[in-house]
Amino acid sequence: MYAVFRKELADHLSSKRFGILFILVLLAAMFATYLAVQNIRSVVTSDTEFVFLKIFTTSGETLPSFLFFLSLFIPIVGIALGFDAINSERTSGNLSRLLSQPIYRDSLINGKFLAGLAILGIMIASVIALVAGLGLRIVGVPPSSEEVLRLIAFVLLSMVYGAFWMALAVLFSVFFDRTATSMLASIALWIFFFFFMSMIAGTIADARVPIDQNSSLEMVTKNFEIQGMIGRISPCTLYGEATSALLTPELGSLNPALMMISILAAGRMLTPLPFSQSLLLVWPQVVSIIALAAICFAVSYIRFMKEEIRSI
Amino acid sequence: MEQIVETKNLTKTYNGFTAVDRLNLTIREGEIFGFLGPNGAGKTTTILMLLGLTEPSSGTVQVCGYNPTREPLKVKRIVGYLPEKVGFYEDLTARQNLGYTAELNNLLRREAEERISELLATVGLSQVADQEVRELSRGMKQRLGIADVLVKEPKLVFLDEPTSGIDPEGIEDVLKLITSMAKKGITIVFCSHQLHQVQKICSRVGILAKGHLVAEGQIDRLGKRAIGGGRYRIEAQVARLSPKLIDAIRQVKGVIEAQGSGDSLLISCNRDLRGQISKVIVDSGSLLLGMKIEEYSLERIYKKYSKEA
Repeated sequence: MYAVFRKELADHLSSKRFGILFILVLLAAMFATYLAVQNIRSVVTSDTEFVFLKIFTTSGETLPSFLFFLSLFIPIVGIALGFDAINSERTSGNLSRLLSQPIYRDSLINGKFLAGLAILGIMIASVIALVAGLGLRIVGVPPSSEEVLRLIAFVLLSMVYGAFWMALAVLFSVFFDRTATSMLASIALWIFFFFFMSMIAGTIADARVPIDQNSSLEMVTKNFEIQGMIGRISPCTLYGEATSALLTPELGSLNPALMMISILAAGRMLTPLPFSQSLLLVWPQVVSIIALAAICFAVSYIRFMKEEIRSI
Repeated sequence: MEQIVETKNLTKTYNGFTAVDRLNLTIREGEIFGFLGPNGAGKTTTILMLLGLTEPSSGTVQVCGYNPTREPLKVKRIVGYLPEKVGFYEDLTARQNLGYTAELNNLLRREAEERISELLATVGLSQVADQEVRELSRGMKQRLGIADVLVKEPKLVFLDEPTSGIDPEGIEDVLKLITSMAKKGITIVFCSHQLHQVQKICSRVGILAKGHLVAEGQIDRLGKRAIGGGRYRIEAQVARLSPKLIDAIRQVKGVIEAQGSGDSLLISCNRDLRGQISKVIVDSGSLLLGMKIEEYSLERIYKKYSKEA
């Protein structure tokens, strides 16, 4: 498996695809960070804690935050790393040649997946490190140990999220013979989850519990709860909620309505949660993303292992 | 010769369709075995079972003393396979592609580098060793495939249509390569629809039809069984053909049968007797107008067995 892993890693690192994506993510990250640093003064007061984390969550006047850019690009990187993992080997005639070498069949899919995961890790960690470095230089406030911990958790979570999209793309690459089909299927699913899922959740919630300006607090809360519940079918929502809670320690709940009610009741921003509490808060989301990635990989693994070689 | 491949009642069924049906096949060490049959006869399925890439539905199989289903890695370490549609990583060079195969076979870097250079020279690709595979012609890729198969220094090699899509000169090169591999002691299973190529290099053949092995053995023996007579058929045009001359030819050592019709003389024999026969004709005072010799055509044998199947 190590030989497959090494070859795949080398292929990714020397590929134009990786280069283009890395530059794109880096440019977007740098731009978002620069804008965040410009606006950070307006959101930070003298008693604001976790100033360093604001670099990642503060948006510009017209442009979204680094966090948003990352949540947009991670699925694209994941899909780019996995959509042709198996079917390209099959169509190029490499698969039967490779499998006639003294390796187990699962070494191929495992090696490819691990190499993709390593690339995701390198890309995400280096982008976040660069942004952190840039922010540190401009803002001049060093991160506290808790902020560092939160950033490490953020990197790991982003890797798991990327792994889900890569596993999904690998799954399609096992099921579909053509690389174009597996890429389109992966992108279609990403568009659906990223753009349409929240709209669908909102429509269903409004149909179940209609709200307007005169609606009671109970109705609004219920509407938001339904929206949140349906929205959590999407891994994009799960990732968004989990990263928001990790990078915004003040977030005491993942339900925006409950959060708003708490702030209104307290009359000020809430006390930040310690890291362990934030981690507990996002744990269901983290486990769900891990489970989704594991399911996708397991299905592609079983299908690939059981596939009759004559069709390969 | 020792048996390197032995199958007993080997059967493979896909969704109710029997691709290989109770196959009893024996391949001997060091021979070039022609594995023939029409498309869909079950040749590739058989090879995949012999390599441990697909599991037999029933029956037993032994390759180089191992069971490929239970010990696939042991089999794949010493058995090479060149698929019909061999593919390489187009963006890697010929040398890098072989390097990856060497790595998959756990060869040490230094040993691998030396062996790869040797193999590239053997298949005549030293000049293009550092060119990307996308720049190579079909024939070159096929030769690279043969080098790829040899990286692991196999005892047994399966070549599935190794000459398909190659120009005549390239075919000659590939056939020479195969023959040289056999001279080095590698057993070769050669699958091809090009029967004249099979006849040229194979010592024995097996004919598969609808999953059944309908014939197996040396070409001349199969020919004798299917068509009759000897391995060679000599046809001579003779002026003044007489029964006495026919009798004289029948007395030549090695002649199995001689028949005359008009000025044509048909002789069946197991070796090339043109010299002796010409002498008998000339000595008898007849005039030899022409002579041609034909070996058993594998095509005729193949058609005969396929038709029977």
